[in-house]
Amino acid sequence: MALLEIKDLHVSFPTDDGVVKAVRGVSFSVEQGKTLGIVGESGSGKSVSTQTIMGLTRGAEISGQALFKGADLLTMTRRELEQVRGREIAMVFQDPLSSLHPYYRVGWQIGEMIRAHDKGVSKKVDRARAVDLLRLVGIPRPDVRVDDFPHQFSGGMRQRAMIAMAMALNPSLLIADEPTTALDVTVQAQVLQVIKRLQEEFGTAVIIITHDLGVIAETADDVVVMYAGAIMESGHRDQIFYENHHPYTEGLLRSLPAYGDDRERLLPIPGQPPSLINLPSGCKFHPRCPYAFDRCLREEPSLTPVGGEAEHKSSCWLPHGLEERAEVRRRVLAQELAS
Amino acid sequence: MSVRPDSEVLLRASAVVKHFPVQSSGFRRSREVVHAVDSVSFEVREGETLGLVGETGSGKSTLARCVARLLDLTSGRVEFEGQDISGLKPRQLGKVRRDMQMIFQDPYGSLNPKRRVGAIIGDPFAIHGIADGAERKRKVQDMMELVGLNPEHYNRFPAEFSGGQRQRIGIARALALNPKLVICDEPVSALDVSIQAQILNLLADLQEQLNLTYIFISHDLSVVRHVSDRLMLMYLGKVVEAGPSAEVYNRPRHPYSSALLSAVPLPDPRSVEQRHRIVLVGDVPSPINPPTGCRFHPRCPKAQPKCVTDDPPLEPRLGDGPEHTAACHFPVGDGENLADAQPNLAPEHRIVEPEPLTEGLDAVGGVGERMIP
Repeated sequence: MALLEIKDLHVSFPTDDGVVKAVRGVSFSVEQGKTLGIVGESGSGKSVSTQTIMGLTRGAEISGQALFKGADLLTMTRRELEQVRGREIAMVFQDPLSSLHPYYRVGWQIGEMIRAHDKGVSKKVDRARAVDLLRLVGIPRPDVRVDDFPHQFSGGMRQRAMIAMAMALNPSLLIADEPTTALDVTVQAQVLQVIKRLQEEFGTAVIIITHDLGVIAETADDVVVMYAGAIMESGHRDQIFYENHHPYTEGLLRSLPAYGDDRERLLPIPGQPPSLINLPSGCKFHPRCPYAFDRCLREEPSLTPVGGEAEHKSSCWLPHGLEERAEVRRRVLAQELAS
Repeated sequence: MSVRPDSEVLLRASAVVKHFPVQSSGFRRSREVVHAVDSVSFEVREGETLGLVGETGSGKSTLARCVARLLDLTSGRVEFEGQDISGLKPRQLGKVRRDMQMIFQDPYGSLNPKRRVGAIIGDPFAIHGIADGAERKRKVQDMMELVGLNPEHYNRFPAEFSGGQRQRIGIARALALNPKLVICDEPVSALDVSIQAQILNLLADLQEQLNLTYIFISHDLSVVRHVSDRLMLMYLGKVVEAGPSAEVYNRPRHPYSSALLSAVPLPDPRSVEQRHRIVLVGDVPSPINPPTGCRFHPRCPKAQPKCVTDDPPLEPRLGDGPEHTAACHFPVGDGENLADAQPNLAPEHRIVEPEPLTEGLDAVGGVGERMIP
């Protein structure tokens, strides 16, 4: 059984301008000890999906199921959810400065996590644990730094402190939402290393949400590619990077200024992501898709297996055999070059 | 994007220094200063793109603002088209401002939300008294067309545009007066990947059409690699390495450059598995009291006692051409694996990594639930 299984999740927000359909029928699962990468651009619904299962989207209309160890997180009472949140599933957010309270010492804030779930802990034990946790995530001189305020920490150290807090109760799932986006590359490397080390040490499953395909390539076992609130493609990491089927996945990879490559021009995806209030008909990617044909304008494809492998799925009307798909790719590319 | 080696030097900065006084609190005067940029010299040639790379606090944006004279220099000299502009008063800068423009990172923060796009792009014409009335409108619409905006959207507000389109507005405004040098300060960092590629292509097209020279600042090394002819890498206010971008990428000489390049996450799992990543210890030290000698020595995997005392000059190393320079006493050789390097320094000169993990944790019973008595 998967540790977390999301089934047909829909999330929409009623606003004055209309209903924002943030997530439309998303299903994925996370296995024990594995890392799932969710990649997508702004407005793809990648963060909303995980925030919803943690009960963090107020005022949203939600349907579907989120089974964590078999229990549905979406139908839990607040009290039941509080037992899971923090203890079983922990979260790390993008901006470590606004996630830490500026007024309280870092050690106290880590301790708060422990106290919230275990009322009987003495102050002394609690502080000792905070020191250990800071050491665990590689903060130098943790016995001194435990009494610092967040502003005395650098960006990378704050994110480490957030990870320490998230790991305080040894959760079985860690959700990291753009954990390194606000950080410099060398600091990013440090933080990703910490997450990886903890995962190996404690067997934690990780969901890493990012817009950066480089981070996905470094960390994820499985990948989900989202666009306009739905999953475009999912599969093992190498399937997504080397045998991708969906034109959006292909477009994302092609638009990157590939490192070490001397191309004069990049190949951007033309146009812009759609408004989530007025979504296009049929496949939501068709206005930007170089392969679109009439069926794409009428019917929205569902996520179905491609290339003969059950775990590699794509929502696209193009031929599902990877050979035939590659043939279509060659033909369209040749046309593009000719024009 | 290749530049003729004989092209004219458009901008020359010599020994630029910028210190910011630290705000003093209460009655005591603070004598401390932030050494944001320390003795940086470089040239930009006509038609080329110079990439300026560095992490937060490296001084790359401050340096750009100094050469654009948005900030006064503490000392040093900036020449633009052969004219010394470092001492000019704001009023005397008018002509220079026309020829040197900036594109900013945040397409949301850099456009006034209450003004219409036509007025925003028309500002440069108004300020420099170049065109007004119908002529200004025509010029603005030409600019909008040039950067790929619909000229009919002349009367819209910035909020009606997406992030990528707003960045196009910022570009149109910067290019309105046909400048020679454009300083792009993180122009695509706030954009989604698919849009980022559109803007990078636009900048490349405009450079070719209008014969522009760019100083391109970014923390994203793969973006800089794509756009730049030459690169300049900064750390704590100093240039650590400079040279033709392909050379710096393929054969970084400074251990910091090497570590930085190895830390870039590649969107290619197979090559990720093959390469040697160097994860640096610790954080960038404070620019108020930067380390002595080479500023990178407390974190450098190759540091030797000499690095603590002598500041290495920026010069060609290991037989590199005159263009490729590095400020390091012990440069990285071709094919050298830094992961094996061991610094030879007394502990007080190092940033020390804490003991990695688990030992000692047993005192309170391990981590997490196992810790609960």
